[in-house]
Amino acid sequence: MEERSMHIVIAGHVDHGKSTLVGRLFYDTGCLPPDRMEVLRQASEAQGKEMEFAFVMDQLEEERDRGITIDIAHSYFRTAKRRYVIIDAPGHKEFLKNMITGSSQAEAALLLVDITEGIREQTRRHCFILGLLGFKQIAVLVNKMDAVAYSEARFRAIKGEIESVLGQLKITPTYVLPISARRGENVATRSENLSWYDGPTVLEALDNFDLLTAEDKGLRFPVQDVYDIDGQNIVVGRIEAGTLKKGQKVNVLPQQAAGVVEEIKKFMQDDMPEAGAGHCIGIRFQGPPVQRGDVLVDEPTPTVTDAVRATIFWLIDKDYELGIPLTFRCATQEAQGVIERIYRRFDPATIEVIEQDARQIKAAEIADVLIKLNRPVLVDAFAEIPEMGRFVLEHAGHPVAGGIVI
Amino acid sequence: MDHLTDLENRSIYIIREAYSRFKNIAILWSIGKDSTTLLWLCRKAFFGKVPFPVIHIDTSYKFPEIYRFREEYAKKWGLNLIVGKNEEQIVCGMGPDKGAKLDCCNELKTNALKRVIAREGFQAVLVGIRRDEHGIRAKERVFSPRDENFSWNYQDQPAELWEQYRTSTAEDNHVRVHPILHMTELDIWKYVQRENLPIVDLYLSKEGKRFRSIGCLPCCNPVESEAVNVEDIIAELETTHTSERAGRAQDKEDVYTMQKLRSLGYM
Repeated sequence: MEERSMHIVIAGHVDHGKSTLVGRLFYDTGCLPPDRMEVLRQASEAQGKEMEFAFVMDQLEEERDRGITIDIAHSYFRTAKRRYVIIDAPGHKEFLKNMITGSSQAEAALLLVDITEGIREQTRRHCFILGLLGFKQIAVLVNKMDAVAYSEARFRAIKGEIESVLGQLKITPTYVLPISARRGENVATRSENLSWYDGPTVLEALDNFDLLTAEDKGLRFPVQDVYDIDGQNIVVGRIEAGTLKKGQKVNVLPQQAAGVVEEIKKFMQDDMPEAGAGHCIGIRFQGPPVQRGDVLVDEPTPTVTDAVRATIFWLIDKDYELGIPLTFRCATQEAQGVIERIYRRFDPATIEVIEQDARQIKAAEIADVLIKLNRPVLVDAFAEIPEMGRFVLEHAGHPVAGGIVI
Repeated sequence: MDHLTDLENRSIYIIREAYSRFKNIAILWSIGKDSTTLLWLCRKAFFGKVPFPVIHIDTSYKFPEIYRFREEYAKKWGLNLIVGKNEEQIVCGMGPDKGAKLDCCNELKTNALKRVIAREGFQAVLVGIRRDEHGIRAKERVFSPRDENFSWNYQDQPAELWEQYRTSTAEDNHVRVHPILHMTELDIWKYVQRENLPIVDLYLSKEGKRFRSIGCLPCCNPVESEAVNVEDIIAELETTHTSERAGRAQDKEDVYTMQKLRSLGYM
């Protein structure tokens, strides 16, 4: 069993079978306790349905009444190889912010396409988002094969279409596979009806994905807070990239001052020789006073700037107009700013540019922008160090957009 | 990094974010395994001393073992303990047998919490709920705002990307912060084992039965179990086919009771 669990997001257009697939995965792997099955049976019966696997994830009364998913739900199951956290995302445009929230927490994706409907608006929108978020591991599940008499020709045709849409977004799907989620065919077990297909099942495809591992990169240690512990100043934070060593000389950005790490510690773990990415630590630091939002680095020249070029996705219904003030938040850094230029805005549902040099961004759109800030921040290209290359924009305390640095 | 260390780091990051963001904050401690784990993580985040109050919502129906455990560790860990009670309702005889369990939970837990938050002016409360406990909790955000009526607007939750937790807004009464949302029941027990954490012995088998989830005495039913220590519990959970809250009466009253309770401000 692998140590860490893998986070998977389930994406796709409304009614293409996302929640049903998740319910089925749980059922077929024996991860649904009998008492939960009984509750599901009751809830399904109350709505005059036979066993509704989607109810495993769709727990809200409103979701079950309307037969849709409103918000993401996390669930857990295991194979012999590893643990999984499955994030079921809603397929409606109005719940896109929930889909993006779910995707931001995942490292691989399953994208469902209903073969009787083909590629639809949210299919493209979700593909665009997954591409933007840098997903490299995507399995496309062509669902409802039972509704087309398991036709290999129909499957081949839609596979071609999907590959061409993903190709426009520079994504190569890891797998494209035929399934029937409702009937559990090719989900955990193979099906006689799909005997012409010799690729992996959904479970096998999942197990073939790789856990993303931290690569060896330059140090990024954003200061989260400074505590007074028994009269000592302890600088706390999480190492976002690289390794921090005892005795190491580091640079404090954005003020460009040098200092030395005197001690690295955790509770009941004093004097650690070093700590790597992902560890929340405290340090004793010899150097200039530091505060939340400062970043300790080991290289001379990461990008420190007050003008950030980025691609953003708009999360709320209200439009953005050039000049509306925003708060920029990246790791523990925070700055006030405005979007100064909107180079292009896209409709991800058609993958087309709507307007160049725009003055506004509308709900569910994506835009290439220049953000001007009131103070310099350290940013990395999302493709280089994702932890320092992604940010959230807020207005009046509400998150309004997510973005990646290009 | 191993699985448990990964989970621990995620939790500590969230706890420190909450403390940095909100000046007036507290942790909710039910004395169960989850909130005791959360309390331990707070000790770790702040190098041993929890720098904010610890609230115990006391319905007066808790197990005697829970009260004993509370006194022992409040002293040992130097906690600033606040006990919250809905005295009026307790005096009036509110209880699980008086009417619907939903009303009892709502009065003696949610409304007791409302009073403490109003009296102390807490901007945020750390709560040890987990996504795998209940389908409704699986829908939660890490920073989850509540308005003045404590209602949870589950139909329109804020986006939450890359651990950028939402800043408080003018409409918020307080924010529920959920630092162990990502842990499962099995994770908790493995962490309890690794950290050698104390737990209330109700979780251990006596005469073939133990409690898997604890709360108020009248509304918790034990499960059949021979697990007499944490190691046994882990072995049991690896193979079990019943769900954790199968013994919690308030969940069973109606399929959507938990949703209703939570939308009213229940934990």
